[in-house]
Amino acid sequence: MAYVAVKGGERAIGNAHAWLEETRRGDPSLPALSVAQIEAQMGLAVDRVMAEGACHDRGLAALAIKQAQGDLIEAAFLLRAYRTTLPRFGHALPLETGAMRIRRRVSATYKDLPGGQVLGPTYDYTHRLLDFALAAEGAPPPPPAPQAEAPQEHAPHVTELLAREGLMAREAEARGEPADLTRAPLAFPASRAARLQNLARGDEGFLLGLGYSTQRGYGNSHPFVGEIRQGSVTVCLMPPELGFEIEIGEIDVTECQMVNQFHGSKAEPPQFTRGYGLALGRGERKAMAMALVDRALMAGDLGEERTAPAQDEEFVLLHSDNVEATGFVEHLKLPHYVDFQSELEVVRRMRATAEAALRAIAEPAREEEVAE
Amino acid sequence: MSHEPGSPFGGYNFAYLDENTKRMIRRALLKAVAIPGHQVPFGAREMPLPYGWGTGGIQVTAAILGPRDVLKVIDQGADDTTNAVSIRRFFSRVAGVRGTTRTAEATIIQTRHRIPETPLTEAQTLVYQVPMPEPLFRLEPRLAETRRMHALADYGLMHVKLYEDIARHGHVSTAYSYPVMVGGRYLMSPSPIPAFDNPKMHRMPALQLFGAGREKKIYAVPPYTEVRSLDFEDHPFRPHRADGCCALCGSTTSYLDEVLTDDRGGRMFVCSDTDYCEERQEAAATAAPASTTPAPETEGVA
Amino acid sequence: MSAPLLEAKGLNLAFGAVRALDDVAIDIHPGEVVAIVGESGSGKSSLLRVLAGQMRPDAGTVLYRDPAGTAHPVHGMGEAALRRLMRTDWGFVHQNARDGLRMGVSAGGNVGERLMAIGARHYGGIREEATEWLKRVEIDPARIDHLPRTFSGGMQQRLQIARTLVTRPRLVFMDEPTGGLDVSVQARLLDLIRALVADLGIAVLLVTHDIAAARLLAHRILVMRRGQVVEHGLTDRVLDDPQHPYTQLLVASVLAA
Repeated sequence: MAYVAVKGGERAIGNAHAWLEETRRGDPSLPALSVAQIEAQMGLAVDRVMAEGACHDRGLAALAIKQAQGDLIEAAFLLRAYRTTLPRFGHALPLETGAMRIRRRVSATYKDLPGGQVLGPTYDYTHRLLDFALAAEGAPPPPPAPQAEAPQEHAPHVTELLAREGLMAREAEARGEPADLTRAPLAFPASRAARLQNLARGDEGFLLGLGYSTQRGYGNSHPFVGEIRQGSVTVCLMPPELGFEIEIGEIDVTECQMVNQFHGSKAEPPQFTRGYGLALGRGERKAMAMALVDRALMAGDLGEERTAPAQDEEFVLLHSDNVEATGFVEHLKLPHYVDFQSELEVVRRMRATAEAALRAIAEPAREEEVAE
Repeated sequence: MSHEPGSPFGGYNFAYLDENTKRMIRRALLKAVAIPGHQVPFGAREMPLPYGWGTGGIQVTAAILGPRDVLKVIDQGADDTTNAVSIRRFFSRVAGVRGTTRTAEATIIQTRHRIPETPLTEAQTLVYQVPMPEPLFRLEPRLAETRRMHALADYGLMHVKLYEDIARHGHVSTAYSYPVMVGGRYLMSPSPIPAFDNPKMHRMPALQLFGAGREKKIYAVPPYTEVRSLDFEDHPFRPHRADGCCALCGSTTSYLDEVLTDDRGGRMFVCSDTDYCEERQEAAATAAPASTTPAPETEGVA
Repeated sequence: MSAPLLEAKGLNLAFGAVRALDDVAIDIHPGEVVAIVGESGSGKSSLLRVLAGQMRPDAGTVLYRDPAGTAHPVHGMGEAALRRLMRTDWGFVHQNARDGLRMGVSAGGNVGERLMAIGARHYGGIREEATEWLKRVEIDPARIDHLPRTFSGGMQQRLQIARTLVTRPRLVFMDEPTGGLDVSVQARLLDLIRALVADLGIAVLLVTHDIAAARLLAHRILVMRRGQVVEHGLTDRVLDDPQHPYTQLLVASVLAA
């Protein structure tokens, strides 16, 4: 009988997981992917998992991708669950992204600028034609790309150049320990630090859709890409017991600063405002979308009308996390027999009431009176 | 923290969470017990199980669990549903505690969607997994606003919802997650238990703890606290169950699951609380070894 | 004369360089209808919001007198007390009925909400009271279970009034209650408000740019311009014998229209 089959859940789970493992490995006659191969050749997937998994470790991100059969949200979840068991030593000092070792840097607001435009390894301007040569096994590696000759000069932020002219407000210096969403729950209104942390961990697809919506009139903020930069930055920590800062390593990040129009208010003259995006690793789409959403979320503070979803802080910040979202959406497949049974009883009871009422009314229903 | 596979709890601290995290959760629990029905925000950790699958309940259980505790985990009233099995296995792996399916034997019962039929005692704690702690969320999705409504005990809107149900359907149409007032002060979601279970919460001798991991809230109902389901004087709250008896143990008072037996309208009803059902079957077998348990009743739809 | 229900003194409020309220004083006695008239931007809506406790003035006090005769500073009573006040002894009728109604809740639920908020727990009783109030505002009780969005603009506004008056407040704030309605609908609504107010003996603070509405409803009038009360007095006196040039202009423009 079907009901009996519900029992024995323990064995069913064990068998299901064995099957999963077999499926994950795939055809055993093919060589297994190594974690090193994933890290080296699926770099953008690794970076995305690192960003959404909120843990800068390419090797672990590659392992998570292997374990998750390339399901990047599942991989981010694995990485998060690992991360949460790590002890917390402290918080890093703000990254000096102005001193980044730049691999790519483009500005859409100035044709040329100090530090120059550096295209870097980008899919921009590639023609999206499937390269069947890649399908051939054993092709030799591509020849190394030509190297620039001149050493890279200092590349100040575009927003800093605008701020020097008084055309853009400088961000207020954040004091004290920044919010940490992995320790304390989000409260509203959220601090800028909490908001940015939330967005930096947020799902790329969700932010992309929201950012896109602001461009289509749902909370427009007239964005220009002031600058996108990508490369390595030094991470510094100031252990309280030492009292001075120490370098603890170097990480790759992508940063986007959008420059947005602002018409000014009664209290302030017109000037530009900025939307800020940052992603661990190479995550240009994510950083850009994040910058759009960050700026949209400032609507309230800038006295702009808040009408669009991207401007709604609770809506954006409470639905951006794909590990939370996937858990709650997928929990719908857990048994809900009990709730469904109680709904069944209520619907049956209401139908009985309605049918009894219909039978009781012998004459046809009176015409509804028309609104005046 | 050590992650060596050879160490006693799979390389993790006892009950998975580190002691500082457990302390943080216990502080939230103490506050919750002190303000019955009030949702206390807490720094929910990311767990190795998905959000929405019991991470809140697991964290509460982990924070109160001791080595001598006896743990029972149920989902939909049953000990052997997949998620209950998975959570019980988790705790046997990371805490090595003894598991049980017997309600009376357990010191901690973690549950999703049911309260056991067997009355609980002062020596027991019931931990609920809560997907959505905010009872007002369907009426007002903004947390900043619902928090204000709780602070001001501004619950007229909830009654408007019940009024609308009765005006439209003749009944309150809420069948589960039926809102309750705790200690005459806070409106609380009992988690998605069927309304049938609501009366069991009222003046329950056991401590009731609620954990919502994704929403990062903890709340509690201390022993013997007044828990009232919202209603109107002339439309009093009435718990409902399927009109039938259990095909396995014959109970006419327990909450029943409806099981379809074929595609022609054949069905039977069985207890949703598997331990309650089994104990009744065993008792019947002991009392009258010659006779049989009640024959499964299969009925068609009229 | 009895002590005023509401008493405000020395109210000042500025938005940047703009003075919305410039040393404004006003009081309202039980059963009295007071109209604040002026053009948009004159400060009348700011005054209403400050008096109703929705906005804090830069300076000045607003005192509310409870039924026992005790005076409370409106801006010092706290949000909980103010909310309670707003659903018991006070009421607010918005210009746009959508701001004052729950559009997804039936007419009966809308009227019943305030009763339930103050503890009514008898479904039949709430329904009876809602039916009674629908009749009083000339809405067919057969529509008790219909949603407000199926109602005309005039009906929505009358429903909002029923919803506000059901707890028998002693003071009701009305913000352009006839704004945005057709002229014929406006006249009917004004008649209804006048009858209800007289019947129930409630005090009303009415903000309007419509001199005709003020003449019909108000006992007293305050004329506002650039944040100041430029003239006040009994309605007939102010409108028939305006002293301030701005009031003369306002009255003349109505006569000319």
